[in-house]
Amino acid sequence: MSAPSKKTLAKPGVKNIVLVDGVRTPFLQSGTTYADLMPHDLARAALQGLLNRTGLPKDAVDYIVYGTVIQEVKTSNVAREAALGAGFSDKTPAHTVTMACISSNQAMTTAVGLIAAGQCDAVVAGGVEFMSDVPIRHSRKMRKTMLSLNKAKTLGARLSLLGSIRLAHLSPELPAVAEFSTAETMGHSADRLAAAFGVSRLEQDEFALRSHTLAKKAQDGGMLSDVISFKVPGRDIVSKDNGIRPATMEQLAKLKPAFIKPHGTVTAANSSFLTDGASAVLIMSEEKALAMGYKPKAYLRDFVYVSQDPKDQLLLGPTYATPKVLEKSGLTLNDIDVFEFHEAFAGQIMANLKAMESDWFAQTYMGRKTKVGAPPMEKFNTWGGSLSLGHPFAATGCRLVTTVAHRLQKEGGQYGLVAACAAGGQGHAMVIEAYPQ
Amino acid sequence: MASVRLLLTRRCCTALKTTTARTHVSYEVKDNVAVVRINDPTSKVNTLSRHMQAEMVEVMNEIWGNAAVKSAVLISRKPGCFIAGADINMIQACKTAEEVTSLSQEGQKIFDQVEKSPIPIVAAINGSCLGGGLEFAIACQYRIATKSKKTILGTPEVMLGLLPGAGGTQRLPKMVGLPAAFDMMLTGKNIRPDKAKKMGLVHQLVDPLGPGLKSPEERTIEYLEEVAVDFAKGLAGRKVTVEKKKGLVQKIQDFVMGLPPVRKQIYKTVHSKVMKQSKGLYPAPLKIIECIQTGIEKGNAAGYLTESQNFGKLAMTSESRALIGLYHGQVTCKKNHFGKPERDVKKLAVLGAGLMGAGIAQVTIDKGVATILKDTTEEGLARGHQQVYKGLNDKTKKKSLTTFERDGIMSLLSGQLDYRDFENADMVIEAVFEDLSIKHKVVKEVEAVIPPHCIFATNTSALPIKDIAAASKRPEKVIGMHYFSPVDKMQLLEIITTNKTSKDTTASAVAVGLKQGKVIIVVGDGPGFYTTRCLAPMLAEAVRALQEGVGPKKLDSLTTGFGFPVGAATLADEVGIDVAAHVAEDLGKAFGTRFGGGNVEVLKMMVQKGFKGRKSGKGCYVYGAKSKEKKVNSGAEDILKSFKLTAPPAVSADEDIQYRLVSRFVNEAVLCLQEGILPDPVQGDIGAVFGLGFPPCLGGPFRFVDSHGADKLVQKMKRFEEAYGNQFTPCQLLLDHAKDSSKRFHK
Repeated sequence: MSAPSKKTLAKPGVKNIVLVDGVRTPFLQSGTTYADLMPHDLARAALQGLLNRTGLPKDAVDYIVYGTVIQEVKTSNVAREAALGAGFSDKTPAHTVTMACISSNQAMTTAVGLIAAGQCDAVVAGGVEFMSDVPIRHSRKMRKTMLSLNKAKTLGARLSLLGSIRLAHLSPELPAVAEFSTAETMGHSADRLAAAFGVSRLEQDEFALRSHTLAKKAQDGGMLSDVISFKVPGRDIVSKDNGIRPATMEQLAKLKPAFIKPHGTVTAANSSFLTDGASAVLIMSEEKALAMGYKPKAYLRDFVYVSQDPKDQLLLGPTYATPKVLEKSGLTLNDIDVFEFHEAFAGQIMANLKAMESDWFAQTYMGRKTKVGAPPMEKFNTWGGSLSLGHPFAATGCRLVTTVAHRLQKEGGQYGLVAACAAGGQGHAMVIEAYPQ
Repeated sequence: MASVRLLLTRRCCTALKTTTARTHVSYEVKDNVAVVRINDPTSKVNTLSRHMQAEMVEVMNEIWGNAAVKSAVLISRKPGCFIAGADINMIQACKTAEEVTSLSQEGQKIFDQVEKSPIPIVAAINGSCLGGGLEFAIACQYRIATKSKKTILGTPEVMLGLLPGAGGTQRLPKMVGLPAAFDMMLTGKNIRPDKAKKMGLVHQLVDPLGPGLKSPEERTIEYLEEVAVDFAKGLAGRKVTVEKKKGLVQKIQDFVMGLPPVRKQIYKTVHSKVMKQSKGLYPAPLKIIECIQTGIEKGNAAGYLTESQNFGKLAMTSESRALIGLYHGQVTCKKNHFGKPERDVKKLAVLGAGLMGAGIAQVTIDKGVATILKDTTEEGLARGHQQVYKGLNDKTKKKSLTTFERDGIMSLLSGQLDYRDFENADMVIEAVFEDLSIKHKVVKEVEAVIPPHCIFATNTSALPIKDIAAASKRPEKVIGMHYFSPVDKMQLLEIITTNKTSKDTTASAVAVGLKQGKVIIVVGDGPGFYTTRCLAPMLAEAVRALQEGVGPKKLDSLTTGFGFPVGAATLADEVGIDVAAHVAEDLGKAFGTRFGGGNVEVLKMMVQKGFKGRKSGKGCYVYGAKSKEKKVNSGAEDILKSFKLTAPPAVSADEDIQYRLVSRFVNEAVLCLQEGILPDPVQGDIGAVFGLGFPPCLGGPFRFVDSHGADKLVQKMKRFEEAYGNQFTPCQLLLDHAKDSSKRFHK
């Protein structure tokens, strides 16, 4: 390990902000053991787990920020509902943020902002996604009729409204993992992205297999210490992610394309699956953490958000965000010891790696003189990733950050980098610095 | 008329020597798949020129002779074009129908070999696949198309007065069914990839790609090729089948179409529909029906023979020459002949949010140019804003725009009541009321707020530009831009320069017009410029005919029977009776008795009674009720009765009335050329057809004089002159052409 170009990213006059600890519920394939819960149940489990893990006094938290993507309409501010149930003081305000797959990243950076601005000292951030149940709505026509029904005063008016209902009114509206602006599903976009960068099916299957293999190794090796056990009401205690399934290349090759048929390359096996899960982290000013007797796990340093064309560059967030955050920190790619990138699709990761390796792409689309370079694979997602561990949209960000902190502790090294893409053509990256051990 | 999109090369084709290296068609064999790439290095588009065909035959023979090749892919290396059609110059160079017929037969032969190819051939289509290009593609065993916006399939030959002459009339009905084949070939419409897949015209679709390690265009073609190669392999290995499963609806349709009486009924219906729409003035659609019918009822051999013979016949018709002439003219009028303007117009301001102003704003923001739409009242502004929104929203309903694209485009529009931000405008187009004093006031107000480089364009249909420019401090920046209503539908833009207008101002106006997608003629200044000046005498004659007791319906049928897409009475209603009255009076003053004929008082009286045309619900006809049958406005009839004239029997036969209308139009057009208002006959023809609906089958007033014969026209006019006087006096240039039959407007 070469010496980093900078010893620390601490800056005089800027508050050091630390990750005290992070936890997550096991990530389960949707429709499995969590199937009968509600989103705030999962979120509550993560928050309680964090309290247990850190021994944090419940009234020591100044604020709670939580992310979610597919909103349960009954708990639109899921942060508050979960916090109340988790036993936090009812004097602790909580709000919910949403930014697709980087929602909990947004929750964490919101926390960083609150602390940096001197408004809070201890903030809990996190995210939850619950895909076992999603809001399915009546059609717009039906909703309109039902709303009018509320206002109808006479029986006759009500009957005539009821009489206006046609069969077409009854077809429901299902949420889709699709861009609202382009109506393209994300898998379809990922397939096109893979094709644009010439990523083959084989490369994608190999990367997916790598993810599952590494995740399995990490799980078996007890590396995934951020996972807490969760007694699901009416069911067993869950303490392991259940989507990790190392297969053989032959098995993977058999699958048919899931989105672009029949000639596409993105399959169910080389995509992240629909997942239920929640995560939570405790973020504090270093002073406060030390004063409360904590040994922080890492410093949270520079971060950036980027956005680009939601049609053709939907999933290229890491490519855009990585050089930007490195520049901001004054680091180079070589300074980074631990990379944790969100794996939405194997094809998306491979496309990003190729884009980061391309001078032409950097010059033509990013206005940079040279490429930033692709992360070396031996430092990249070595404990598995979203493809294998699962991807509860709004919970993944905290998992990435906690994993970087844990990997820095286990593997040594000074700096880690988190990067993720998100729907809407957005992206995020953050530099994390090891806390002196 | 719809735009003619069949493309062609300017270059004359030269005979190909077999010894020279191939320049248009190349191929390589990848994994037993021959990838045939076409690229005409001399043109932006690929056309099936003699040269291209010769190389293609050579390559195909090599491939067929190579036992290692198990399948083939046909693909273009040009990003926006597969094959845009046959080389029109090749057809035009033919002197006889027989020559054209043999051209057609050569094409049929090549595609027949392709159809009977021992190995499967996959046509990989990205960009325009039109005419001969589509005929080539449908002769192949399999078709894959990209979903790019540039990918369109179609048989536009009918728009050039021709027919698909290389097997298209025979293969298409079998592929997409009789009704769809008729629709494609008789309308020449472009078919987008999604529709093509549904119709069974292509087998697979491929998504266009975004940025990668190469430019999106380049990589998309590569990707298409990769996918096509895979399918070619699959076809060769019989893992992919060509036949798709037929649904129940398809089976029923096939069964019904199998019944001879049903087919007979379809031919009859289509025939009568074509006759109704074309008034029998266009031979091509009828010949297309004949070809399809012969092929289906009498078999392949007879079908192909009829196709090639009819193709030859059509190529020799005056209608086809006229339509091809218009096509060439349109290409010319889609170029900026005044050079690159010093600066791009990045911000445009439109004054007046009326029908015209809002229309101009719509076509401007549609092309990504920020536009201010200014009006004096909130009601006017709201109406204009809604018009723009509706125009764009209609496109989303047709799926040519997404709602997000619509919103993005709308964000470029700034509706306002004040002159805010005019200091950043590069061009102002005023579309306020047609009144010189108002226009003068506007010039002064605007010039007080715009930067020095800003161009002031005026959208007027008749007021001379120099009169408007008289109020300007910088007449070199003043120019006329005469749009036609509805602006988003009408293709023509007439640009009017005064002798003070600078060349850069003209270049800039043309550049803006081209950006707005317009076909542009640039003419000199004068009352009514070119288009309005030609239309006015014809409308005066129409009013006279009405006064003479020819009812609006009869007048309409006489004019549409001559080939005008809109009848004269309906046209007056569409233009607006008030506008017509205004123009008639203004131009009457400027040009004197030559513009006489009908009594202007008729129009004025109609306006007085509120019969302003379609916009007011009443004109020559009554509008409003949704019934299809238009009712004649009895109020207007009463007015006409009170101005009744006696029709001189010698010049009042149906044909006489038609020629009275047309000859006045044509004579005025020729006079415009004689006086230098018009720079050339090409722009005269384009302006008349695209702006005023002069019969496309006649190709415009100048081509009409050429094909009809100036002497014959002059003879007719002399006869009318005897009855009515100087309105029918042929101008000198027309007389010159009548005297010397070698003089022609078009070579």
